[in-house]
Amino acid sequence: MPAILLDKAFNPWDEIQQFQQQHLQSGHYGATASFVGTMRDFNIDESVTHMTLEHYPEMTQHFLDTLCTKSCEKFDLDDCLVIHRFGNIHPDEPIVLTVAWSAHRAQAFDACRYLMEELKSHAPFWKKEVTEKGERWVHNDLPDK
Amino acid sequence: MTINIQFFASLRELLGKQQTELKFEPSLSVSHVWTKACDGIAMPDNTLCAINMEYVKPDAIVNDGDEVAFFPPVTGG
Repeated sequence: MPAILLDKAFNPWDEIQQFQQQHLQSGHYGATASFVGTMRDFNIDESVTHMTLEHYPEMTQHFLDTLCTKSCEKFDLDDCLVIHRFGNIHPDEPIVLTVAWSAHRAQAFDACRYLMEELKSHAPFWKKEVTEKGERWVHNDLPDK
Repeated sequence: MTINIQFFASLRELLGKQQTELKFEPSLSVSHVWTKACDGIAMPDNTLCAINMEYVKPDAIVNDGDEVAFFPPVTGG
């Protein structure tokens, strides 16, 4: 149940496949739910050229590790995976991946959403976008947006 | 002994510093730490606080050697 912080681009589908092959017991899980958050080239009706994702390294890692452990217990998962970028990010690059593996679909769907909503509400990351007009900090999104 | 204080994102820019230290005093709350460390600048209403990487309220008491962090609402994901 790892949480991984990355400062470079990643392919979420490769990560899922690799993690599944290395960590999941074949034949034991019946559902895999995943979410990928990808950077847009616009926000609030303005073009965004790129952004910087700042984080609080030790607290972010601690928060995501704890979230993964809690999610596995809460939803009786076989396993889960969270990958999140930091540093400079460009449009079309994945920002975040959450995956939940479980025996049945309900737990996998619920856990995948729970991971994302908890992460968006509490994980210490801050986005700073660069537009044609300059830089701006992104304000907090609502949990279910 | 000291308290290590960290500021992130827009608060780091507001204060012009990422980190500072404060001499430990008994019964010091997180909001007292802000007042002593931030040169008279008021804490923004939506500021989030942490002690040793766990979220706390501004009235939480700080212990010697703690790391106290202040940051704006988070925007990851």
